[in-house]
Amino acid sequence: MTIATALDRTLTAVPTELAHGRGGGGPAPKRIVVAYGFWIFILSDMVMFSALFAAYAVLSGNNAGGPTAPELFNLRNVFISTMCLLLSSYTCGIGVLSAEREQPTLFLVFAILTFALGAAFLFIEATEFAGMVAKGAGPWRSAFLSSFFTLVGTHGVHVASGLVALVYLMAQVRTHGLRPAVLRRLLCWSLFWHALDIVWVGVFTLVYLMGGH
Amino acid sequence: MLGRLSWSAIPFDEPLPLLSGAVVGVVILAILVAVTIKGWWPYLWREWLTSVDHKRIGVMYLALGLVMLLRGFSDAIMMRTQQAIAVGSAQGYLPPQHYDQVFSAHGTIMIFFVAMPLVIGLMNFAVPLQLGVRDVAFPVLNSVSLWLTATGALLINLSLVIGNFARTGWTAYPPLSELAFSPDVGVDYYLWSLQISGIGTLLTGINFVTTILKLRAPGMIYFRMPVFCWTALAANLLIVAAFPILTATFMMLLLDRYVGMHFFTNDAGGNQMMYVNLFWAWGHPEVYILILPAFGVFSEVVATFSGKGLFSYRSMVWATLAICVLSFMVWLHHFFTMGAGANVNAFFGIMSSIIAVPTGVKVFNWLFTMFRGRIVFQTPMLFAVGFIVTFVIGGLTGVLLAVPPVNFVLHNSAFLVAHFHNVIIGGVVFGALAGINYWFPKAFGFTLDERFGHASFWCWLIGFYLAFMPLYALGLMGMTRRLEHIPDPSWQPLLLVAEVGAIVIFCGILCQVAQLFVSIRTREQRRDLTGDPWNGRTLEWSTSSPPPAYNFAVLPKVETIDAFWQMKRTGRTPVAPAYEAIEMPRNSPAGFITAFFATVLGFSLIWHIWWLVILNFVAAVIVVLIAGWSIEREEEISAAEVAQMERAGRRPA
Repeated sequence: MTIATALDRTLTAVPTELAHGRGGGGPAPKRIVVAYGFWIFILSDMVMFSALFAAYAVLSGNNAGGPTAPELFNLRNVFISTMCLLLSSYTCGIGVLSAEREQPTLFLVFAILTFALGAAFLFIEATEFAGMVAKGAGPWRSAFLSSFFTLVGTHGVHVASGLVALVYLMAQVRTHGLRPAVLRRLLCWSLFWHALDIVWVGVFTLVYLMGGH
Repeated sequence: MLGRLSWSAIPFDEPLPLLSGAVVGVVILAILVAVTIKGWWPYLWREWLTSVDHKRIGVMYLALGLVMLLRGFSDAIMMRTQQAIAVGSAQGYLPPQHYDQVFSAHGTIMIFFVAMPLVIGLMNFAVPLQLGVRDVAFPVLNSVSLWLTATGALLINLSLVIGNFARTGWTAYPPLSELAFSPDVGVDYYLWSLQISGIGTLLTGINFVTTILKLRAPGMIYFRMPVFCWTALAANLLIVAAFPILTATFMMLLLDRYVGMHFFTNDAGGNQMMYVNLFWAWGHPEVYILILPAFGVFSEVVATFSGKGLFSYRSMVWATLAICVLSFMVWLHHFFTMGAGANVNAFFGIMSSIIAVPTGVKVFNWLFTMFRGRIVFQTPMLFAVGFIVTFVIGGLTGVLLAVPPVNFVLHNSAFLVAHFHNVIIGGVVFGALAGINYWFPKAFGFTLDERFGHASFWCWLIGFYLAFMPLYALGLMGMTRRLEHIPDPSWQPLLLVAEVGAIVIFCGILCQVAQLFVSIRTREQRRDLTGDPWNGRTLEWSTSSPPPAYNFAVLPKVETIDAFWQMKRTGRTPVAPAYEAIEMPRNSPAGFITAFFATVLGFSLIWHIWWLVILNFVAAVIVVLIAGWSIEREEEISAAEVAQMERAGRRPA
């Protein structure tokens, strides 16, 4: 069935004014359904992060005589890691665009760049965490540090699993090629990756910029 | 090697849980043996355990909910009996630490493993049929949801014989639920079983929001959707928006307990109020997740059995959406007494009263639908009428509790217990039972026995009033909730009445079992050959009973609300349509395998068996990577097969 006959069928089935914009055109195609469902998932993930943000907002002052935020944060390093992550969203975007234009090699190049930037971000974060723990400022020290490590660490776990998924998808592109199913997964993955950037903008602002002084 | 697990985890000194555990174990073993002897495993595996068909998954959810209802109910009758006899100098038969586990398990099970599976089961079964489509948006994910829920139920039942359950009440407030005050595995059982089943519920929410917003029959614009689909949409939006809060909250409590963090501890700056706030920021939307689909069932039932279209469809939809939004603005009324201050209490008191307005709109819509209708009092309709009366009483006591000064007197009293049982039994349970009686013929192709149906309704209704009206009075007399010993002998008469009520409800449950048994035995006489036993109005009645795997050979074209009613009125029937090949998702063991890993993961985390946690995690990741590698997941039913199945399924009316 060609697109034209499908369209024709839909239009004769329902009055034209219903087919447009008000959702009377029958079930949506799979690509739209999958991406839409993934958006809803990201939304739910955002709600989870917002609960963690709320916990941080409530507990950030409760340092229980332990170290405070300005004593611990190194804004220079955080700036570098932030730039890595934001840039990785840019390379991710170009990578997905080239995948949609059926340029697998270009996609792989940008996917590797994205991976490198994401890994750099994670490395800086892990170093920061290790340094804090070494200074006796681990998550068990105070409620402030519990909420800090949980909020930032949950984001870090998301980035790490995003990297694993990226490697996996690169392998799929290599073996299966850019088939519709693989493209759908890539699209979802890129949504996920961009969403992590949005969360990080919140973390950077609320945790580091507002707490770093 | 086995972490904290040792022989001392099995409560040899407490005969009651051990005995009941043994009975359950024997029953399960008997079933397994019977299935093996009869050679039913291939059928079960192929047609049910690995099924991704939303109708099958819905039925399995309902079965899970009904089985767990028996478990939750035995907790209830144990508590009623203890309170009825442990008065004055008598101590009853349950020691305090056992009684505390019973009420904690009762609440947890009834909310998460009875009410939720019943509601989600009905949505699974009916929503795609009502929307006129072939399945939900993500059928395999749907199966995963089911099995994660079943995993949670399994873990919570394991706590009966291996270790113990939480003694914290079903809300598990810190600092009591912190390691310092609950050092054993009880709270860990609670947390992990709810985390695991909560992820399943969240996936259901994502699945159904996508299904309802993106997959509808041609012509079904939003304002032609059946009201049950609207309420399901609202409930699933609430799941997506509320369950992640619960996940995050439990994650924090788990980090406190496992890593030694200080979110909610007494020392190092923890804040217990934050737990309570976060818990109820999920918890209040949760009660609407339960009740909104029940409202939807009643809307369908009342319209069908009154032979009329629903009165003021649009106001019903707007009332549903208003409740959906407002449900996030009332959570603080669960803890007025915690000292948030007069202004905050006033705001939440007013909001809690306002949310009664859209609910009132709904009640009037149901009443006006029945007004001058040709009412047929089949079992679903009886539950609907019983619901309207009972729920109004529960709603009114709720508005009473929403007034902060009154709440300071009644907080955590038996009055509160009576109130929420009033709305949950009178609303959610009645709704689920109405829905089961209503859609059973569609699911299985034969109707349920009406005599036992009526009997079960009357037992539930009378039993409910006997069991919970005394608690309202006892609350006003000063009795608090969760008492394992009754200090005031003047409370005993009313507690005895409540005990009788629980027994009457038990008779209702027995009637339902009998109803199922009798109906299956006489199924040949009660076949539903038309696919439309109630003279229904919505699309699920336009296909055969039970529907074929693909639901509709040709997707129906929708031109009005109550689409099937209009088709019957205008005589527009699908005559010899041109069948096309239909793509269907393949069966998938993904859900079952997920449940296996989740069970092992949950159990090893609860008992601190770290090597198993790591092994299990690695294995699960590998399995996911392997399973995700394949590209093709669908199979086709050819046009000829569709035509053949349609001829076989649609018998002449």
